[in-house]
Amino acid sequence: MNMFIHLVLMLAMPPLLLGVINKTKALFAGRKGPPLLQSYYDLIKLARKSVVISRTTTWIFIAAPVVTLTSIAMAGLLVPLGPFGAPVSFTGDLILFAYLLAVGRFFTTAAALDTGSSFEGMGAAREVTFACLSEPILFFALLVLARISGSLALGDLLHAPLDAGGQGDIASLVLVAIGLFILLLAENSRIPVDDPNTHLELTMIHEVMVLDHSGPLLGLILYGASIKLFVIGAVLLHVLFPFQSGSALLDWGVFVAEMLGVAVAVGVVESTMARLQMRHVPYLLIAAILFCAFGFVLLVR
Amino acid sequence: MFAAALALVAGGVPACCLSRHSVRAQRATSVLMVLGSLLGWCGLAMASFGTSAVEAGLPWHLPWEQRLSIGLDAIGAVFLIPVFTVPMLGSIYGLAYWRQGDHPENGRGVGLFYGLLAGSMALVVLARNAILFLIVWELMALAAFFLAGAEHEKAEVRRAGWIYLVATHAGTLCLLALFALMRQASGGFAFGVLDAGALTPGMVTLLFILSVVGFGFKAGLMPLHVWLPGAHANAPSHVSAVMSGVMLKMGVYGMVRMISLLPISEAWNGGALLAVGAVTGILGIAFAIGQNDIKRLLAYSSIENIGIICMGIGMALLGRTLHRADLVLLGLGGALLHVWNHSLFKSLLFLNSGAIIHAVHSREMNRMGGLAKPMPQTAWLFLIGAVAICGLPPLNGFASEWLIYLGLFQGPTTGVGAVALALIGALALACFVKIYGMVFLGTARDPLHGEPHDPSAAMRHPMALLAAGCVVLGFLPHLGFPLLHAAASQWLDPAGGAALPEFEEFAPAQWISAVAVGLVAAAGLGYALLRRRIRRTDAAVGATWGCGYAQPTPRMQYTGSSFGDVLVGLFGWVLRPRTSRPALKKLFPDRVEFACEVQDTVLHGLVLPVFRRAAAAMMKLRRLQQGRLDLYLLYLLVILIVLLSWGRHLGL
Repeated sequence: MNMFIHLVLMLAMPPLLLGVINKTKALFAGRKGPPLLQSYYDLIKLARKSVVISRTTTWIFIAAPVVTLTSIAMAGLLVPLGPFGAPVSFTGDLILFAYLLAVGRFFTTAAALDTGSSFEGMGAAREVTFACLSEPILFFALLVLARISGSLALGDLLHAPLDAGGQGDIASLVLVAIGLFILLLAENSRIPVDDPNTHLELTMIHEVMVLDHSGPLLGLILYGASIKLFVIGAVLLHVLFPFQSGSALLDWGVFVAEMLGVAVAVGVVESTMARLQMRHVPYLLIAAILFCAFGFVLLVR
Repeated sequence: MFAAALALVAGGVPACCLSRHSVRAQRATSVLMVLGSLLGWCGLAMASFGTSAVEAGLPWHLPWEQRLSIGLDAIGAVFLIPVFTVPMLGSIYGLAYWRQGDHPENGRGVGLFYGLLAGSMALVVLARNAILFLIVWELMALAAFFLAGAEHEKAEVRRAGWIYLVATHAGTLCLLALFALMRQASGGFAFGVLDAGALTPGMVTLLFILSVVGFGFKAGLMPLHVWLPGAHANAPSHVSAVMSGVMLKMGVYGMVRMISLLPISEAWNGGALLAVGAVTGILGIAFAIGQNDIKRLLAYSSIENIGIICMGIGMALLGRTLHRADLVLLGLGGALLHVWNHSLFKSLLFLNSGAIIHAVHSREMNRMGGLAKPMPQTAWLFLIGAVAICGLPPLNGFASEWLIYLGLFQGPTTGVGAVALALIGALALACFVKIYGMVFLGTARDPLHGEPHDPSAAMRHPMALLAAGCVVLGFLPHLGFPLLHAAASQWLDPAGGAALPEFEEFAPAQWISAVAVGLVAAAGLGYALLRRRIRRTDAAVGATWGCGYAQPTPRMQYTGSSFGDVLVGLFGWVLRPRTSRPALKKLFPDRVEFACEVQDTVLHGLVLPVFRRAAAAMMKLRRLQQGRLDLYLLYLLVILIVLLSWGRHLGL
């Protein structure tokens, strides 16, 4: 039953998060904003549209959105939601999780280069470059959690904060939470790393990579990106609000509320901050690496 | 049985060089290579690997060693598998790639030394005493020198060859010292476990450093890698495949073998090796991103992979000194699995680069583009190699890196190594997206000469077999586990074989298979559905969106240099990119040229200046070199007398 809820939430809830983020931003700007369910309408609309495909592209261009979506969904199966277990869990799946996200990155950036557009090339170059800095954040965070839980399966490892004991553990977890929040913003192309709403292709990362995708292809990409936000958000929630009441219904309710809270937090950050200059993004990511590294050092000392 | 396999690979193959210009002779060479390799495979299959080694010996009349002894054990078998695979496929590929008719001046030489290289590598693994080992080691090094210098009429090739020759002999010099000292400790040249009592700790450290440096030259550890990019880039592609896929692994083999024999008891040795591996990996792939030459890029990526392998060995050594069986199993198992994997995907990529070079007559990536359309099969095979080398599931690179990660996560403070490996993985992804995108995607940046097309069957099938190997080991990594387990337990205790826990306890590989199948099935199904949907609704085909610009040209595409620019900048402190940036002065500036290049910092910043200075200082010694035989004989006589009297003085 819990597995079923996991699947339903993972597949159905992500577009809502985008709606919540946009609504939050609209509130801050004093606008009414699009309806909460706008992302669902967009996806349905895109699914019905026909496709325009560039002359220079190959099969990679069409395959990339599917492969990316599949690998992100697979990664989502490894991450437990709230206090419940993950549908797929085994020793060493934490590395599989990181590399499944990388599979998506490989194909998304390859599809961007497939179009032969210099803008999309720029986006791809930025994406792989910043990934080199966000990957260490994730691994340091996983190291801290693995050390506290003594397990190498995400299903157990992410529940470590539930029964973290000593003060050293708490301090490390706080540092890791900061790092993971920055990771969430960077991996999902949010402000201050990337701006999903800008109209200047020169300054974007994720959106500029998918300039040429249209119709269902674009729909798959948007849907995959929202699942990624959901999955990384779920990882962050384990560290941020470890909570278990014992009642399954209550726990699921709390989890959904927490997830919406993450979306609100992202919206607040987007409303109150400006996007960083592109050359300053590495500084932010390196700072996040160092936060997590501090957490690791505190545990090892 | 082994002697037979060995005789054929070593003896039979070079024999075919006797033939003349005809294509038939080249075919005969390949047939013999295939037969020899298959015989080798049969030998491997028939041997059952317990903990003890199969040994054989022949009487031999050398002053120091009375028996020519060879032997095969699990560690050797692990390294023999690539030796019996890659050269065989490469020689078939060579039939079409390096056709005798197209290369009358060096085709025969390539055939001869190619066989010699393959045979001597098999013997390196089989040798059971230091003298035989050194002889075949030199044979291998020289064969590779002549292969790398096949096109010696080009100055660049000669230069790369010389650098290789100097580097490999610097390594051999360390090995000479190593074996001489080991003989002092053990009393013989046979490979056997050294007694901890007979050695002072300082001596053990010295032997450890000598073996890491000596074999590190061959394997390409930073900063001993200076010969590697030039030699790999300038050799014929099937030779590069063997050099990178197999010959570098001989350096790894030497390291694994010697470390297993040395009674190392201090933990820092393993930690240092782990750190060297991490640095080699990160810098190797960072240099790779800066390259514009497709084969130099692949060569630097080999350095990165050797770094990953070295991390695994370092962790295994750490586990041995700390008595942690799990670290030994995961570290050595991962390293040896990566040896196989790298020999599969790197050979595939080098052979593929040969096909690309044939098609566009250039190694310069910034001139290529859009080759996936005229060469769809080559593009597919390259994609498999690229995904595998990035360590992405569901292909084989993931399986070996996964084992090493698991070990790093379990060690005491080795977690930092896991972060380094994650960084290496992310950089490798950037590197191989760059190469795949620049070569196969987009449109051609320079007008193509002629019409590129997929290569002939003789070139395609070897690549397809290597790609199949990547897929099989990716989906079913546990196929290799029994042999890797035997090798790890033999490495831990060469005399008796230690009882190690099974892989399944730490690394449930069946899950990897399940996820791989699920990923491919789901993505394949989704792709098929999407294709149908697009076909049904008649997709419109248009130009790439140029953001409103009406006349884009292929030259406006992002190039490889611009793709890697930010990363090269982040690593600028070590890569030291050299750019000549012309100043644009007038309103309508004249035609100017821009160039940027990442040279090897160690080679151009340290090695060459030092050698140049040394050469200048040595000019004074030119007096000794008069070109007269009588003088040279006199020198020899004088040195002999000095050495003899010194020996007597020492009481030898």
